[in-house]
Amino acid sequence: MLKRAIYRDGIIDLGRDQVIEMQDVWKTYPNGTHALKGVSVKIDRNEFVYLVGPSGAGKSTFMKLIYREEVPTKGQISVNGFNIGKLKPRKIPYVRRNIGVIFQDFRLLPKLSAYENVAFALEVIEAPKKVIKKRVMEVLDLVGLKNKANRDPSQLSGGEQQRVAIARAIVNNPSVIIADEPTGNLDPETSWGIMQLLDEINFRGTTIVMATHNKEIVNTMRKRVIAIEHGNIVRDQLRGEYGYDY
Amino acid sequence: MTISTFVRHLREGAKSVFRNGWMSVASVTSIIVSLLILGVFTLLVLNVNAFADEADSQVQIKAYLNSDVTEAVRDQIYNDIGSMEEVSKVTLIPKAEGLKDFREKLGEEGKDLLEGYDETTNPIPDTFEVQVIEPTTAPYVASKITALNDKYEEKPIYKVNYGQGTVEKLFKITRAIRNIGFAFVAGLGLMAMFLISNTIRVTILARRREIGIMKLVGATNTFIRWPFFVEGALIGLMGSLITVGVLFFSYNELVSSVKADVTLAIQLVPLSEIGMELGGLLVGLGLLIGIWGSTMSIRKFLKV
Repeated sequence: MLKRAIYRDGIIDLGRDQVIEMQDVWKTYPNGTHALKGVSVKIDRNEFVYLVGPSGAGKSTFMKLIYREEVPTKGQISVNGFNIGKLKPRKIPYVRRNIGVIFQDFRLLPKLSAYENVAFALEVIEAPKKVIKKRVMEVLDLVGLKNKANRDPSQLSGGEQQRVAIARAIVNNPSVIIADEPTGNLDPETSWGIMQLLDEINFRGTTIVMATHNKEIVNTMRKRVIAIEHGNIVRDQLRGEYGYDY
Repeated sequence: MTISTFVRHLREGAKSVFRNGWMSVASVTSIIVSLLILGVFTLLVLNVNAFADEADSQVQIKAYLNSDVTEAVRDQIYNDIGSMEEVSKVTLIPKAEGLKDFREKLGEEGKDLLEGYDETTNPIPDTFEVQVIEPTTAPYVASKITALNDKYEEKPIYKVNYGQGTVEKLFKITRAIRNIGFAFVAGLGLMAMFLISNTIRVTILARRREIGIMKLVGATNTFIRWPFFVEGALIGLMGSLITVGVLFFSYNELVSSVKADVTLAIQLVPLSEIGMELGGLLVGLGLLIGIWGSTMSIRKFLKV
């Protein structure tokens, strides 16, 4: 594991191995649904984790808690050294800048070009224009869309749109990427392209947590597998397999 | 905030006015409609007010003296009326002048009526014309002048006239017109806000996604709010400037056509007297409505 000092928003993280740590985390929604029931897990820097399990098992809640879309009802979550449950609302944006999020439905701004969609994540942190231009072209090159930078999302295929979303997620050099079924809307061939891209990003040092229902991907590209059922972790294997028949 | 970020907010705000195409047109239009109605009524109220002021200021008290009053008593009464604090001006119309005026008024046709009257047989009494500072005090001042009679053994004042009844009626009408006018303007202002907030409520769905993504990539609330603020201000500015243009042009045309028509007794308040204030009011209100509507529409999405 990497042992280095990382300076992020004034918080000095000296050689901490865990990027994400959950201790006995419960999440109960206002309607009474227990989405998570006492989940404890540690995810190390540089890990690639598949999150599997039936729909409604708690995968999405698990991920929403990481990027502070939701707060735990009970228990502690730390991400990049921040205590997510106790975070002041004012601080949330700064924590999110260290977490890239990718969705099944891409969530691009439809009226902005590919370039503008990616640049947006840097404008938000008030990066200088020169830096923005250089960095955006860099990541668009990495995801293979350098030549389509000026196209609107509607002029791009599903796979290309997801590449733009990935470019946006990594442009800030986040330590973690949260991917909620990133291949859910894509055909198998395009899905493999996306997976190779994520694998490369992981290889460059970014932790990836990815929820998926794609059995083939999980069983072929072997990584750590965490299975969630009824709000509990039922399986956690270092080079695991999908383990379900759907 | 860095300068380049501020420029970005301005640029993004302006861009999104165009990006939201028809929604912006709808917002601008509803601002124009609301402000136009408001402007028309404000002009109406202003003119009614001016007309009412004019009518008010024509209220005049006339005190007629008995014909046998001596000059000393006449001067005494003149001074008494002049020293009343409600009175702005007293003019003495001596009987000779009164007769001359009356002759002029009757003209050729009535010449025979006053035939034979001269200085000594003049039937017209000395008259005081009294102007009051506040027209509504006319009845009170009239009674005060009548009370001057009590100082003398023989009552020197024959009659005090201020258009009893008519004046009270005029005041009632002008007051009613003013109150209704102001109530109308206030009501229209509220209606305009309601209209805008409804228009903006429609855009919320599209905005929810946009704001969600902004938050996801780590934008602070202030950062998210700025372009919306700029957008609202621009929409308000566009709407109000178009309104002011249309309203002022039409009103000017109206004023000059009324002026050209000599058969009309009324005169409209010229634009040069009220243009600055009204224009400022409409533009200010447009800005306020635009900014208010735009920031209100995103407020609930900024809560985490």
